[in-house]
Amino acid sequence: MAIEVRLPADENFIRSLKVGDEVIITGTMVTARDAAHKFMVEKRPEFLKDILRGTVIYHCGPIVKKEETGEYRIIAAGPTTSSREEPYEATVIEEYRIAGVIGKGGMGEKTSEALKKFGAVYFHAVGGAGALLAKCVKKVKDVLMLQEFGSPEAFWILEVENFPAVVTMDSHGESLHRRVLRESENRLKEILESFEVRG
Amino acid sequence: MQNFTEVGLELIKRCSTDLSPDVEKRLREWRDKEEASSTARNVLDVILKNIEIARQEGTPICQDTGLLTFYLTLPRGMHAESIKKDLVGAVRKATELGLLRPNAVDPVTGKNSGDNTGGGLPYFSIEYHDSEEIVIGLIQKGGGCENCGAQYRLPDQRLKAGRDLDGVEKCVLDAVFQAQGFGCAPGVVGVCIGGDRAHSYLHAKKQLLRNLDDKNDDPVLAELEERLYEKLNRLKIGPMGFGGNTTVLGVKVGKLHRHPASFFVSISYCCWADRKRKAVIRGSNVEIY
Repeated sequence: MAIEVRLPADENFIRSLKVGDEVIITGTMVTARDAAHKFMVEKRPEFLKDILRGTVIYHCGPIVKKEETGEYRIIAAGPTTSSREEPYEATVIEEYRIAGVIGKGGMGEKTSEALKKFGAVYFHAVGGAGALLAKCVKKVKDVLMLQEFGSPEAFWILEVENFPAVVTMDSHGESLHRRVLRESENRLKEILESFEVRG
Repeated sequence: MQNFTEVGLELIKRCSTDLSPDVEKRLREWRDKEEASSTARNVLDVILKNIEIARQEGTPICQDTGLLTFYLTLPRGMHAESIKKDLVGAVRKATELGLLRPNAVDPVTGKNSGDNTGGGLPYFSIEYHDSEEIVIGLIQKGGGCENCGAQYRLPDQRLKAGRDLDGVEKCVLDAVFQAQGFGCAPGVVGVCIGGDRAHSYLHAKKQLLRNLDDKNDDPVLAELEERLYEKLNRLKIGPMGFGGNTTVLGVKVGKLHRHPASFFVSISYCCWADRKRKAVIRGSNVEIY
């Protein structure tokens, strides 16, 4: 059964999550990708601090449509590759005290350390599931830096319901990515050795 | 002379929102091979649900609608210029309609052209055949999986891979291992053996147009495809790299003659959202496959 995660979340709850846990997330999350991460670390804007505390940053560049009423509608919103934010994420976790990050592909050791130190987790969303994940967005609450960064790179503040994800890096230093890498490496070695035997 | 803008627009719409049946079929087959209530099966269920939603609502399967490559096969003597112009128009229109995300960025200024054209985009490959049919193939390939592509030069000391088919297999195994979940596994793998560096990559990507259920005309390559399909899935990288039985949905291999001094093996890795479609035009009759 999937574990329900309500955002904003407190540190105790986040620390109870373990690698491999399947979750459904409900609450407010904020999209941020390359330009946004650079901005958060270089400019450290005050106006983001209250918005981000206890919530999660979603690595996503959505397709957004502006309705005639002026409201925004999210058309497709799957995760983008997180590793590009590796140079920034540890600082972002510390500075804005977020409860975690949602993305795909996992992140590196520096982020893993920050997750441990500040009690945050990495949620892996299903890459490519842009249509389904857009359906989980119930409302676009606001958008920041839209003019400056353009639509895919802006901070979209989203109200989501039952957003499915898997914890692949937890606040205890565990990583599913590391585990699968190691296990598949052993299998690769076995397969490569079978060639040598055949000659 | 027909106007191909409408055909192009319909082709992009199908490609972007309606996953090809051969790919969906493989996803369903592999879903059933995953353990009940495993994360791998649950992820494949999310993927299958996503495919249904996109199809029903006519929205893109994935927000990364990729870079577009059109593969034109034209009757001999037909000029490509006007059809190319119409297809570029279709790309602009599809971007306006939200069927494509603007994905064309100037690498020096960082400016996005906003309409998926310019700087060589969209890409075209043009061939001719002895038929009145006009065939327009389309691949929309996302950036995450494109980043997982790889090219090897045999012999490769690290892999102990020589200039033979065993060597080729080792390269493909290594490339899929390196890709882990980064290319949104389970992927489809296009391979080219031989060629120069540039054509080798192009030919590897072109394999992704093939139907997953087809059989390679070359019996040696057909066997190699089957061998690789079985071995790659033994890596158990699983959907999204979470572990599981499903690592690749298919392997397609092509070959090009090589220079005696060079032996390249190129791999084009495509995510599960392997968006490929084909329009076949016979007179006023248009069919999209």
